[in-house]
Amino acid sequence: MTNAWTDIKNTDLVVVMGGNAAEAHPCGFKWVTEAKANRGAKLIVVDPRYTRTASVSDFYAPIRQGTDISFLNGVIKYCIENNKVQWEYTKAFTNASYIVKDGFSYQDGLFTGYDEEKRDYDRESWDYVIGDDGFAVVDPSLQHPRCVWNLLKEHVAIYTPEFVERVCGTPKAKFLKICEMIAECSTPTKTMTSLYALGWTQHSSGAQNIRAMAMLQLILGNIGVQGGGMNALRGHSNIQGLTDLGLMSNLIPGYLNIPTEMEENFGSYMSTRQFKPLRPGQTSYWQNYKKFFVSFQKAMWGNAAQADNDWAYDYLPKLDVPSYDVLRIFELMNEGRVNGYFCQGFNPLLAFPNRAKITSALSKLKWLVTMDPLETETSRFWENHGEYNDVDTKSIQTEVFQLPTTCFAEEAGSLANSGRWLQWHWAGGTPPGEAQHDTWIMGQIFVRLRELYRKEGGAFPDPIVNLAWDYKDPGEPTPEELAKEINGRAIEDLRDPTDVTKVLVPAGKQVLNFSQLRDDGTTLSGCWIYSGNFNENGNNMARRDNHDPGDTGAYLGWTFAWPLNRRTLYNRASCDVNGKPWDPTRKIIEWDGTKWSGFDVPDIAPNAKPQDVGPFIMNQEGVSRLFTRGLMRDGPFPAHYEPFESPVDNVINPKIRGNPVARVFQNDVSQFGTSAEFPYAATSYRLTEHFHYWTKHNRVNAALQPEFFVEISEELAAEKKIERGGWVRVWSKRGSIKAKALVTKRIRPLMCDGKAVHVVGIPLHWGFIGAAKKGWGPNSLAPFVGDANIETPESKAFLVNIEPTTPPSEVVA
Amino acid sequence: MNMELSRRGFLKAAGAGVAGTTLGAMGFGEAEAAVLAHVRPFKLTTTVETRNTCPYCSVACGIIMYSKGDLRKGEQADIVHIEGDVDHPTNRGTLCPKGAALKDFVHAPTRLKHPMMRKAGSDRFEQVSWDFALDRIARLMKHDRDANFIAKNAKGVPVNRWTTTGFLAASATTNETAYATYKVVRSTGIVAFDNQARV
Amino acid sequence: MMRPDSPRTAAANPPVQPMETNLTERDLIRRSATSSLPPPERQLTEVAKLIDVSKCIGCKACQSACIEWNDTNPAIEENVGVYTNPHDLTADMYTLMRFTEWVNPETDNLEWLIRKDGCMHCSDPGCLKACPSPGAIVQYSNGIVDFVHENCIGCGYCVKGCPFNIPRISKVDHKAYKCTLCSDRVAVGQGPACAKACPTKAIVFGTKEDMKKHADERIADLKSRGYANAGLYDPPGVSGTHVMYVLHHNDKPHIYADLPDNPRISPVVETWKGVTKYVGLAFMGVAAAGSLLHGILGRPNRVTEEDEEAAEELVERKPEARV
Repeated sequence: MTNAWTDIKNTDLVVVMGGNAAEAHPCGFKWVTEAKANRGAKLIVVDPRYTRTASVSDFYAPIRQGTDISFLNGVIKYCIENNKVQWEYTKAFTNASYIVKDGFSYQDGLFTGYDEEKRDYDRESWDYVIGDDGFAVVDPSLQHPRCVWNLLKEHVAIYTPEFVERVCGTPKAKFLKICEMIAECSTPTKTMTSLYALGWTQHSSGAQNIRAMAMLQLILGNIGVQGGGMNALRGHSNIQGLTDLGLMSNLIPGYLNIPTEMEENFGSYMSTRQFKPLRPGQTSYWQNYKKFFVSFQKAMWGNAAQADNDWAYDYLPKLDVPSYDVLRIFELMNEGRVNGYFCQGFNPLLAFPNRAKITSALSKLKWLVTMDPLETETSRFWENHGEYNDVDTKSIQTEVFQLPTTCFAEEAGSLANSGRWLQWHWAGGTPPGEAQHDTWIMGQIFVRLRELYRKEGGAFPDPIVNLAWDYKDPGEPTPEELAKEINGRAIEDLRDPTDVTKVLVPAGKQVLNFSQLRDDGTTLSGCWIYSGNFNENGNNMARRDNHDPGDTGAYLGWTFAWPLNRRTLYNRASCDVNGKPWDPTRKIIEWDGTKWSGFDVPDIAPNAKPQDVGPFIMNQEGVSRLFTRGLMRDGPFPAHYEPFESPVDNVINPKIRGNPVARVFQNDVSQFGTSAEFPYAATSYRLTEHFHYWTKHNRVNAALQPEFFVEISEELAAEKKIERGGWVRVWSKRGSIKAKALVTKRIRPLMCDGKAVHVVGIPLHWGFIGAAKKGWGPNSLAPFVGDANIETPESKAFLVNIEPTTPPSEVVA
Repeated sequence: MNMELSRRGFLKAAGAGVAGTTLGAMGFGEAEAAVLAHVRPFKLTTTVETRNTCPYCSVACGIIMYSKGDLRKGEQADIVHIEGDVDHPTNRGTLCPKGAALKDFVHAPTRLKHPMMRKAGSDRFEQVSWDFALDRIARLMKHDRDANFIAKNAKGVPVNRWTTTGFLAASATTNETAYATYKVVRSTGIVAFDNQARV
Repeated sequence: MMRPDSPRTAAANPPVQPMETNLTERDLIRRSATSSLPPPERQLTEVAKLIDVSKCIGCKACQSACIEWNDTNPAIEENVGVYTNPHDLTADMYTLMRFTEWVNPETDNLEWLIRKDGCMHCSDPGCLKACPSPGAIVQYSNGIVDFVHENCIGCGYCVKGCPFNIPRISKVDHKAYKCTLCSDRVAVGQGPACAKACPTKAIVFGTKEDMKKHADERIADLKSRGYANAGLYDPPGVSGTHVMYVLHHNDKPHIYADLPDNPRISPVVETWKGVTKYVGLAFMGVAAAGSLLHGILGRPNRVTEEDEEAAEELVERKPEARV
């Protein structure tokens, strides 16, 4: 989230698209109902299903899953054509005026540089014209035909209301009504917020869905302001934290990168990370990259990371592929190329697409370790549960360890919520049986492994035996020890560069925040963006002052938000070029002639002159990007592509299937279905009564939503002679499941490209263990393909067939 | 009892079934005098409060856990109730249907209590000791890492990569657990490292 | 010492220190099958739970909080093709979200009407009036109608007497159960568990007067959004209730899963003579304990033929049409 849950109360218009906030985040959604009740805010819901969020909306429109880019590009076109643009903001705070290289273009659904064989672009031409002074060339008048603004106008020209209706199935009148409501927020005193989640990410064009809305929010002037922003609702309680801390194939904590093989040494790694400003006087904060990287290496390897070994650069793995994400590793596993696997609090057998493939892959492992407070289907993937898990147990040679962990109630530590608040919590219950903290398990595994390498040697033991692990009890580092290391400390006295007699931070003391980190090995910090979480003032994540000066919803005294306790990202953009709030009633910060101050921590240097320094300090431009240069694999503008499995062809270019640069494994090509065989458009989702596969273990939630079902329209039910509450079989090219039929008026057939598209809704909370009735999930059916940029599986849009059927044998028995 | 029973029927059935309580109702001397209050005793009295956050979604609502016994005093602490924390700025004491039933996650019959091992080809889990499990896991890791570690690529560049073992990290663990996990996993060269952000 | 008055909100963290209960026998204003109840020693401020259907997202947090607070154990049923689960109120589920898909004939738009069902805590409680067992149903001066299970004989008259079809008889202990408005929480200054949990504050709790004022604001907001018939459901047929609804379509409550348009107590219950019912209990006592209770039988209570017939009619009649 750019903003916080509590900030939503400040909005005038909430657009829920690509998510279902009321059901998935009910207590966060409270702030939507507050904005409605107290500010007269309106709520728009755009979704294939009339959800429980829609039930309290002011306006609902249906959309076919996977076509959001067409819809949003259509809204952008409407706003541009009707002059509903926050011009001052757009001109000053976006790259609308930047001139793009001549080679760049878009034709027949593809951008310049497409290589069909590689399924990739040569992105060389997707860039600005750089002047002799080394800066990007701009035309503030927006007259230049090659400026971003004019290219954007050209790009969205095809997304007419008629096009939107044809592709999305959204009736033109409803689409236009939404355009009107959104366009009202182009004035400086009206703001809109976008709330989205997996409904946008789980597509082969997921990242571009979000970009499209971000671009719309920018031209409306809604980023960085109260009640505005791009608000990813996120899923698990600490998915934000796990991502911040870099627990991904290609990340180092704080959004630094694991090197690739091309970056053979530290010099070549850093050469592409200079982040020189692209316009005069801009902050380009990533210029500090080296400080954060070196401080991280010191946290990892202590004295073994020195200037003369490039801070132990070679201790880090180097990637030969963009990432070993979950789809790739299960592909490799299924090919028999993976031997061991750990699942820490994760249930891939129900979470990842194409369950048959997941089962097959797990069966090829030599060993599997699961760590969880609860039983998981994954830990019992080898156990036969009749129709629900029909495996040949004997033939599965995987050795499985199921390790019991504590749950939230029995452990202390911090979680990062979607608003980036790091909130500390305390243990209050005794763990059951022999359950142990995850930190204990990781510590115990590590000390044993280190001991084996110390004693026996082996393959490159250095990064293991030299890992900085000087905790009081190496077998179980405490949450406080770890949190302090994440914050970082001085290894030697940190002296004031302008007066070396002055010690800013004595050796061994916590740094105040990341501004004190250095690239010379004198500081360490596990995750620079979190720095400030636990400094010499104590554990700031445990702060509980819930005062809210100015009633802005910022709550600066409540826990700690990264970065630097800042609550609204890009908040400098809440003011005009002269530093005065666009809307004085919604002031966050303001420039008083010498400094920035207000109700939030300014997202800019406190003394940065507003006329000189742009608000988007992490970008080399100092402004936001309507055109992303080569930073995204599938285009600098979002363009319409169909899901890999779609009921209709891509109307722009019928030859293009799915996202043209999304990675597809050869083994999966034959596993895509066509609309001839699988005529219905399926989508997966969560229900408010359940959380993933956890709450089916809970008798209360099991009672509130006891049994697996699929949702279909009355029209489809009539056509297929399916009865309400009757059993149906749903199958795709990859699997078949049985479910109860929930026949509803809340799903209606959509008219797309001249044909009726029926939507089949498949919630995902059931499995073969727990208190709730046994069932299946959509992952038995979903395709094994991900987003072109970040490999999020396309679980929101695929094809199925459906028919009435008999109950599973176990139910009959 | 079937509420459609006739009144005569209920008289008969009640006489047999609820003697104790009927007598209790009669036991107040003056039959028509007001009885003692029958409001249920407040069940949180003398419990211990601990502040926590909901482990489900990323709203991260504040909660208060009420236990019999105080963990901080080294006592056995049994959580008997969980309720929203009104002091929390986001949820203001409210909880969703999942958060409101957290107590039954803590006490779910399917909570895991002991390390278990399933041998290759077996149809059951068998309880093992922590030491056995952890020693075995460390050994399996080392065996696979030593056999398949890629120290250098074809060009001779150090790549320190271990691709034959993977690690999926939880997304409901604490930042501190995540960081400890990161250090351990990265130190081994595992590249198949991922979390729940995508699913 | 003055005991505190009714709580004003459900948004509070409960106490853990011992508290004196605020709801005692001295606060009763009605008691089933009891003709002479001493007047309460004070008048507690009337409380109410206001359920704003237009803010309700149907998340069932109220059901979940209710189960956890009251330590009930509803069955894990089948899915029968609807979101309403369990399928009905039960002795283990005191409140229930009822889902109705309704196409507004005026706009042709679908509206998903979600109503939290449960005891309305009527000012004129039909259950209490129908109850033949002394003290099995009581009404406090703050408006709470509570079942006293020690005194319940499981006859089911309360179910028949209720214009909203709320109480349910347990198959385990054969006693009647329903929402208590969390009388145990209210007694120590707390609001009901459902109102505290409700994520969108569709359920709020406070004095009845405050709740009516709050409802007025909500109704004004709804009218501004085009719901011309938005209004407060506080039905006069039962002299008002201590659980009220804000409805977007208050002109037709029945569209909300058969919420009665004009609920009233059955005339049979209204003519029921309280004294008669007391005898019923006495008979039962005899059946159970023989002559030990002989003295009570000496009291001049007799079942008349007329009352007996009325009772037969009440329990054997099919449920009334709910419109």
